[in-house]
Amino acid sequence: MNTIWHLVLNGISSGAVYAALGLSLVIIYRATRVVNFAQPALALISAYLAYATTKATGSYWLGFAVALLAGTLLGVLVERLLIRRVSRRSELSSIIVTLGLLLVLQAVAGMIWSNEPHAFGYAFDFRGRFSATDLFAVSAVLVTAAGVLLLFKFTPLGLRMRAAAFRPEVAKMLGVRVGLMLTAGWGLAALVGSLAGMLAIPPFISPNVLDKVFVFALTAAVLGGLDNPVGTIVGGFALGIGLSCISGLVGPELVPLAALAVLVLVLAVRPSGLFGRTIARRV
Amino acid sequence: MRSPRTTRVLAGVLASALALSACGGAGETGGGGNRSADSAPGVTDDTVVIGTHQPLTGPAAPGYSKISAGARAVYSYLNDAGGINGRRIEYKVEDDAYNPTKTVEVVKKLVLEEQVFAIVGGLGTPTHSKVVEYLNGEGVPDLLVSSGALMWDDPRKSPTTFGYQVDYTREGKIQGKFVKDNFAGKKVAYLYQNDDVGRDTQAGLDRFLTDEVVAREGYDPANTDVNPQLSKFQQAGAEVVVCECIPAFTALSLLAAAKIGYKPQFVLSSIGADPATLKGLVEQFAKQAGADVPGEALLAGVIGTSYLPGPNLTDDPWSTFFREIHDRYAPSEPFTDTMVYGMVQAFTFAQALKAAGRDLTRQKLLDAMTTTSFDGPGLTPFGFSADSHSGYTGAQVIRINADATVTVIQPPHVTDRGDGPVEPHTEERPSPDEVVLTGS
Amino acid sequence: MTSTNTSRPGVAEAPASGGLDRPRTRVVPPLLVHLLAALVALAAVVALTLLTDPFTNLRIATVGYYLVAVAGLALLTGFNGQVSLGHGAFMFIGAYTVALLVLHVPAFPLWADLLLAAVTSGVAGLLAGAAAARLHGPYLAGATLALAVGLPAVTQRFPELLEGSNGLSFTVNSTPDALVGVVPPTRWQAWVVWVAVLLALVVLANLARGRLGRTLRAVRDDEVAASLAGVHVGRTKVLAFLVSAVCGGLAGGLQAFLLGTAAPGSFTPALSLSLLAALVLGGLGSLWGALWGALALVYFQVWTEDFSDLLHLPTNVADNLPLALYGVVLVVVILLFPHGVQGGLHHLRLRLLASRSPRRGVTDRVTDADDPRSEGEA
Repeated sequence: MNTIWHLVLNGISSGAVYAALGLSLVIIYRATRVVNFAQPALALISAYLAYATTKATGSYWLGFAVALLAGTLLGVLVERLLIRRVSRRSELSSIIVTLGLLLVLQAVAGMIWSNEPHAFGYAFDFRGRFSATDLFAVSAVLVTAAGVLLLFKFTPLGLRMRAAAFRPEVAKMLGVRVGLMLTAGWGLAALVGSLAGMLAIPPFISPNVLDKVFVFALTAAVLGGLDNPVGTIVGGFALGIGLSCISGLVGPELVPLAALAVLVLVLAVRPSGLFGRTIARRV
Repeated sequence: MRSPRTTRVLAGVLASALALSACGGAGETGGGGNRSADSAPGVTDDTVVIGTHQPLTGPAAPGYSKISAGARAVYSYLNDAGGINGRRIEYKVEDDAYNPTKTVEVVKKLVLEEQVFAIVGGLGTPTHSKVVEYLNGEGVPDLLVSSGALMWDDPRKSPTTFGYQVDYTREGKIQGKFVKDNFAGKKVAYLYQNDDVGRDTQAGLDRFLTDEVVAREGYDPANTDVNPQLSKFQQAGAEVVVCECIPAFTALSLLAAAKIGYKPQFVLSSIGADPATLKGLVEQFAKQAGADVPGEALLAGVIGTSYLPGPNLTDDPWSTFFREIHDRYAPSEPFTDTMVYGMVQAFTFAQALKAAGRDLTRQKLLDAMTTTSFDGPGLTPFGFSADSHSGYTGAQVIRINADATVTVIQPPHVTDRGDGPVEPHTEERPSPDEVVLTGS
Repeated sequence: MTSTNTSRPGVAEAPASGGLDRPRTRVVPPLLVHLLAALVALAAVVALTLLTDPFTNLRIATVGYYLVAVAGLALLTGFNGQVSLGHGAFMFIGAYTVALLVLHVPAFPLWADLLLAAVTSGVAGLLAGAAAARLHGPYLAGATLALAVGLPAVTQRFPELLEGSNGLSFTVNSTPDALVGVVPPTRWQAWVVWVAVLLALVVLANLARGRLGRTLRAVRDDEVAASLAGVHVGRTKVLAFLVSAVCGGLAGGLQAFLLGTAAPGSFTPALSLSLLAALVLGGLGSLWGALWGALALVYFQVWTEDFSDLLHLPTNVADNLPLALYGVVLVVVILLFPHGVQGGLHHLRLRLLASRSPRRGVTDRVTDADDPRSEGEA
């Protein structure tokens, strides 16, 4: 019984990371109907900048701030320079463009910081079954998620962002600056993504460090429903706990198979995820 | 596709064309032409071209991508001194990203297009195992494979393939005996990579440790969460954890143990006991971490095996020799055990090339591999002979200190991979000044 | 290799699909045309292999198996609109099928091994298709990506049979005794690969041009309209998965035959994603696009690696430059040529034709060519 409890605790902190990265995917998907494959690379570059900052100044929190700022900026730039040109074209075009961007950014990270791993610190003391760092990760993710939800539901900005995403023409007529809102959505998403990166990367950073995390984050988002931030958060935590238990009780090599099995089972019953709404398709 | 006739015609064409293409069974061994090894492609009057495959990019690159940098530094050093037997060594490194499909492609590229004389230090078991048959079929010397798998030592089937690092079973035996002798009565746990590394090392460990072993847990290289495994060791009350892990997982295991407040005696395999790399990771980590994480304390007291004159063996003349080459030819890279691994490999190849003589053929190089004594860098001898192609035959045991220096706590021992005893190796090694490869 | 015979608003065809499957007025049956084209292509490949060195032969063969994989994906993603990020999983199945047959049933001839690889993968495709038929857009993308990540882990579960992460290594004996020593092994392998590839393409071209091709596009363009017109949407989607999985399995089998290896490290998500990238790079609307994509997949890497070798850069930069260039090309091509290489070529040809004969009616002739624009803009 003790073992299971340990595994659950262990899973909660990795689940928080899946939830956060998943949330960033959902925000972008809601805003521009694009699955952002470059998200792990945006988070990676911000984390490397944090690494460089911390190394130069010795301050973890300065690096942390740089990461969030850089992440937001990268998200804005990517939307303005690339996504705007392809997002109305087809789903595939944006997948391939973000994929291309992923390769470029990972390669650039390797060129600057080499493909060898570097140590990457935690925010707080990592020792303990549920350490200060774990607590920080979980609460940071929950607070961020709550913030994003409140923003969407109750602020004029959030309302405009939703309007721009769902009914761009109507929104435009009502005076919403649709383009700006979409850019804001990307910035916000990349901010959340960088936070996820800062939490997921320790103890070591290398160019491919977020690949696996991204796959599980996408799995979490699909599980929860890509339209539904709450569903994704729940999906992320559930996946983290579930995979930790599979890893500890059955075998670490079965984790990817288990993720696949869960996904197939859930989607067989609910094709739009556990909490996703089946939107009437265009006729 | 409504017409059944069309389908039938198509099926007929498909079947007959493919049937024509192969009459015999696909799995039956045909008359593969064994090329004469008495040739010397890639060799000119003043150069010899060699190649290797390494994971320079992708998820497997961390930890390995600097081996070829070390080897390149040594080749540059030798070339600047006039080359071997008057020939400069041209070293071609192909990136296979640890993907076996790419390994086969790049090795065929090296052999067919670049016309290399030999493949030296091809890295990895899943990757290199796919080209051994091809290289032997073509008669290409396949020297000093970068992996401790047992399969490189098979002179009858693979006459041109030679191992390099101490194989996993030999190393397991040395570790097993050391633990048995020094930690008598303590409970032992194994953390192993769930492939041939884990299987072969355990075979060696188990020759000495039996009832002491209270837990065995595998890890998967793609899954960086080792907390579940270490939790189990803690619950089983294991006092010694033998970690047969690559460097990243060694570091992850040390951190995971610290996380749950578990303080066993760690015993590391040579593949993961690279104090310089570990120190780099753990120390930087301690500096980076917002809280007071005792970076040095994580490493202090950890025991490992090694067979090379690593950067930390400061009173070994070979270590100094390689440090000088490093400082001159690759100053921007950190000087680590990984780098020395590539440097010793390159130096060993140069020794064989020197022994093969000025009048060079592939066969002469292969003969030189079994007749040269290879006195020098390595702490223990190679197992090369007419009926063994196994690499280093033993290792020493070291303890990592708080300042990441190391103390030798058991001098080099050698053994075989079977029932043979583990014995001290006493022979003196010549110093770098006594092993002259260049000039005439 | 062929064309797809689309008329512009793809939807318009669907309602009448019951009557449209009868060929209008064709003198030569398309199958014959395709078979003849395949023979010409085979002759060209053989000629090419005779003119080039053994290693280039190997690359030509590599283009071949990637071509089948990408062409299969073209049917699924290009024609039917189902985005699969997990097609490497079918290559995985094909490669392991051939590997296991070569190792454990050595008496089977190669063509039987390849056929079984295609069949096994087809069965997997049927299952995957059945699971995927109800999924839309990113849900399908996520599920197929999980397939690409998850399936190779099977090797860890059965280490005795599948040798875990080291995978299987074997040599396929295919050269007839009479040719041993006469034809270099890689040249013979290239011929075998291309015979299989061209046969598969003939089948694909016929499917794409026939009734199935039209229903696939109808379902892609508008599921509701298609089902109102009597098309069984679910069955069509499963069928698309089946056909493309067969192609993927064949490609994997050919890869195993060519390289003598089947290991989980070869079938990473990166492989699946690069297949999709190759498809989009080449152009979605036709099987020709698959050819450009497969060529790019093989040769682009070669060129970037040679290029970065030339520059004598520091190792960190040199190691990563090929990846970076690949990424840049993906982005640039999508931005500048939204319909890929084939779209660009098609555009060029239309312009040429238009300048030569300004009469109306040119477009009628051109409709028989590939129409990359059928990608479904909306």
